[in-house]
Amino acid sequence: MKSRIHPTPATPPGLNLNAGHAMNRREALRLGLLGTSGLCLSNMALAAADGPPAVPGAATPPIHARAKSVIQIFLWGGMSHIDTWDPKPDAGSDYMGEFRKAIPTNVDGIQLGELFPNLAKQADKYSLIRSMTHRNNGHETAAYLMQTGHAPGERLAYPSVGAVFSHFKSPGYKGLIPPYVVLTQPQGRFSEEGFLGPKMKPFATGGDPNAARFEVEGVVSRGIPDARQLARRELLVKMDTMGAAMAASPQLAASEEAKKLAYELILGQGRDVFDLTKEQPELRDRYGRHTFGQDCLAARRLVEAGVPYIVINYPGGWDTHSNHFNTMRRQCPQLDQGLAMLLQDLQDHGLLETTIVWCCGEFGRGPKVDWQPPWNGGRNHYGNVFSVLVAGGGFKGGHLVGASDKRAEEVQDRPVYPVDLLGSIYALSGIDTKARLPHPMGTEAFVLPAAVEGAKSGGLLTEIMS
Amino acid sequence: MMKELEEIRRIRRIIGAGIWEKSGSGLLLFRPGALPVTPSRMQIAYLIPVFAALMATGTALGTEAAACVFESADTPVPVQPIDQLVAANLTPLGIQPVLCSDAVFVRRVHLDVIGTLPTAKEARDFIQDPDRANKRRILIDRLLARDEFADFWAMRWGDVLRIKAEFPVNLWPNAAQAYHRWVRAAIASNKPYDRFARELLTSSGSNFRIGPVNFYRAIQNRKPDGIAAAVALTFLGTRTDTWPAERLNGMAAFFSQIGYKPTNEWKEEHVFWDPLGTSTTANNTAPGRAAIAPPPPAPAPNTTPSTTPATTPNIPPITPAAAPDRPRCAIFPDGSKIELPPDRDPRDVFAAWLITPDNPWFARNISNRLWAWLLGRGIIHEPDDIRPDNPPSNPALLTYLERELVTNRYDLQHLYRIILNSRTYQHSPVLRVPTPAAVANFASYPLRRMDAEVLIDALNKITGATDLYTSAIPEPFTYIPADQPAIALPDGSITSPFLALFGRSARATGMVSERDNKPIPAQWLYLLNSSHIQRKMEQSANLKTIMDPSRKAPAIIEDLYLAIMSRFPTPEEVATIGAYGQVQPAKPAAAANPAKPASVVKRREDWLDVAWALLNSSEFLYLH
Repeated sequence: MKSRIHPTPATPPGLNLNAGHAMNRREALRLGLLGTSGLCLSNMALAAADGPPAVPGAATPPIHARAKSVIQIFLWGGMSHIDTWDPKPDAGSDYMGEFRKAIPTNVDGIQLGELFPNLAKQADKYSLIRSMTHRNNGHETAAYLMQTGHAPGERLAYPSVGAVFSHFKSPGYKGLIPPYVVLTQPQGRFSEEGFLGPKMKPFATGGDPNAARFEVEGVVSRGIPDARQLARRELLVKMDTMGAAMAASPQLAASEEAKKLAYELILGQGRDVFDLTKEQPELRDRYGRHTFGQDCLAARRLVEAGVPYIVINYPGGWDTHSNHFNTMRRQCPQLDQGLAMLLQDLQDHGLLETTIVWCCGEFGRGPKVDWQPPWNGGRNHYGNVFSVLVAGGGFKGGHLVGASDKRAEEVQDRPVYPVDLLGSIYALSGIDTKARLPHPMGTEAFVLPAAVEGAKSGGLLTEIMS
Repeated sequence: MMKELEEIRRIRRIIGAGIWEKSGSGLLLFRPGALPVTPSRMQIAYLIPVFAALMATGTALGTEAAACVFESADTPVPVQPIDQLVAANLTPLGIQPVLCSDAVFVRRVHLDVIGTLPTAKEARDFIQDPDRANKRRILIDRLLARDEFADFWAMRWGDVLRIKAEFPVNLWPNAAQAYHRWVRAAIASNKPYDRFARELLTSSGSNFRIGPVNFYRAIQNRKPDGIAAAVALTFLGTRTDTWPAERLNGMAAFFSQIGYKPTNEWKEEHVFWDPLGTSTTANNTAPGRAAIAPPPPAPAPNTTPSTTPATTPNIPPITPAAAPDRPRCAIFPDGSKIELPPDRDPRDVFAAWLITPDNPWFARNISNRLWAWLLGRGIIHEPDDIRPDNPPSNPALLTYLERELVTNRYDLQHLYRIILNSRTYQHSPVLRVPTPAAVANFASYPLRRMDAEVLIDALNKITGATDLYTSAIPEPFTYIPADQPAIALPDGSITSPFLALFGRSARATGMVSERDNKPIPAQWLYLLNSSHIQRKMEQSANLKTIMDPSRKAPAIIEDLYLAIMSRFPTPEEVATIGAYGQVQPAKPAAAANPAKPASVVKRREDWLDVAWALLNSSEFLYLH
């Protein structure tokens, strides 16, 4: 396959938040940017490049919103970028540590760290952002930035991207399963629902999809077979003395309605979505018989059920201050197997076109290995530059966005900020980033911060949107 | 049939719910231990065939028969002023209210006054107490003196006063604890409400030592207009969003001289009267800090003023002119203007106006709030939306409460007492005329789901379990003992997944609507089927003792009902539970005798299912 690498992006004019930096087509041509890689630019970006200079608030380019579901694989704790998706074999062992090799992929010009042989065969399905940056090295604050796009420390606690999806997608969503599902444990770095309130909280499944029975909290319970479930439900109805006395109560009617929906999950079709034994054992093997692999399979089933936003919080996390290389040797192959199979399987089911998959931590890890005690060859928090994998739902595969410098320490090309990544995901999902969010005090709050609020932006990822 | 039901209702109201058992000979026997009064033999003789018929035919519990559990036979006579004023509105609507039963009352008043479920013993003792004339009054007095009273009302005030360490306001854990401690102590000592408000509005000093100064720190918008909005919401029960700008700015002037300065202790901050604006003067120092306020952007060299004295090169002389933007005049919310005296903290001027007995807003807000807290709905509804075009449903009633509060020197416990002792508070929960007018005039006690904290405490009390509460802010002040009840949590940042799921207040704005008790399916998944609840029940020593296999079924049922529902079971409920479990196939010998039905055997899990059904009943989950 031909290389389709963008050393420099086409600045997406309509959404350029740094007004004045937009190049028009002539300037771009003069700088030679469109010379060899001109074909890479999307038609849309080209068309827009001749348009009037961008100003904040100008019309959004016509992005075709096709994503129906989003799977966010959150590598919480922060996965090292230099060991994985941004290898720098020439940087030497102080940087590369124990993983010296980079391996080729099925797309010319894209290389991965040696622990990702399966993803290397799928590079045409995803693109890698190698210039993600926010320069924040605290878990809570960086996670907040990456999941809300808003600067931490503002007076308002904004909802996470999943809660925003839940808010905008709930009205048209008729599924039995809540619209925002977390596999399996909530991350708890901040209150994901923000000021949207408890209704927008994610539904965390609990349980282990790799266990013999995936015991989804509240849906599939341990030791209560259906017969008993039905018997005690009937008992509950018979013993409802207050319900009999107050049949007309609107409060009780609302409560019964919510209970009915809950029972459709417990005893109806809803729980079947979580029943991974309905899949072929061979397919389950290919995902990998480990929690993350089966998380990915459960996520695909949730997408089939129409759930708009699914988060996989990576089991165990990636906060590898010490014992770094051993942890990477253990975890990367599982990430590689599960994620590669998820992309393949989504495509086999015809779902990749309408499903965004994005995968990253709240930051990367220091590209220079810390050999001193107590780290003894560990890597610490690093928000200056790190990598993100995006696929499906309108994101093209087989591209690189931006680049880090030769030691993966700073952004060299095309910085991508949280608002750019989240803004692109929202745009492909038909959510207007300038839309107002309801705030209990009537305070003005929007999905993403605007340029006037000082949010840094390098522009939407239009170069990898199809 | 109607006539028969009417008769059952009449007699059951007289004798209350008792236990009916089948004797060896198949006759129904009445166990009168549960009765407030011993029924006459004639009454029992009359009832036996009625209940026998009901149980034999398996007749579903009719609405009227079920209502007997919740209602008392006494006809409420409006003797107290509150009840006369309420009756004045209900009578024209053709509504004759009914009083709640003793069982309903003991549960309701515990949950409303101390946020804590009564124990089985407390419920049993109260229901069986023969002193029917005084027992409700005595119980109210006892509850108002309990420790949990202060815990529970500090929790309610914590919502209004926004006691939360972080998000959206950085109050900090140590300050949140100091704030809560002060509020709780004020409630425990029944601090007169005018002093309570005054201290919140006028205190100065360290956020770690002087609890009430945190009132000003726990506000998202700490500019004068933001503070004015918070003060209006808290103490006037009114939202300033619709006020004309002039009115809000006029009130904001009272809060334009508040200063905040750091100390050299981490996260400590002093709140003080700062008429000269020293805390906003660039380059002013504080211990351990380079500057209180950030230095101004460096001016171009050729424009540097040379008037600064050489001895204090960085600090300009402090004069009133240093704060030229400070307004000199302020406007009270009632429209009257005042020139701010230079020698008096304007917060003091405002507080003096606020707590004058002539100020109708002040007493109205708290009277209406307290009424809404206890009766589930304000006389002005919502209780924090007082404005001319949102009139009270019963103005005379509200005026009466205000006058009672003022003439009793802002003694809040007096207000609790007269409300709780009123027939109105003790109305039946059964709403017979479901019209908006009936609801707005308190024809019945409205159903409300227990608050998140109250519900988890009740579940833990019944099962003997505990919950883990944590704060995302790693400081020693957030250490929580294992058996801590949720109602006593001092800080909104200390939480659990349960509290978040069941709509505890986010304490961001202080608005009543921040607490959300509306039912959602995820809550039902949790209650009906989560491992958390199932584990609490399966591992419960309390339930194990009650369900001991050596005990007789009626005794187990009675104890479960008293522990969970705070009442005795009805004969119908005993029959329903009796039939639940494994049907024992008839023994070959007995099979010859077709008259003998197959018996039902209960295993431990069947009893657990019974307890599960009680915990998931609306009667348990809802205040009624």
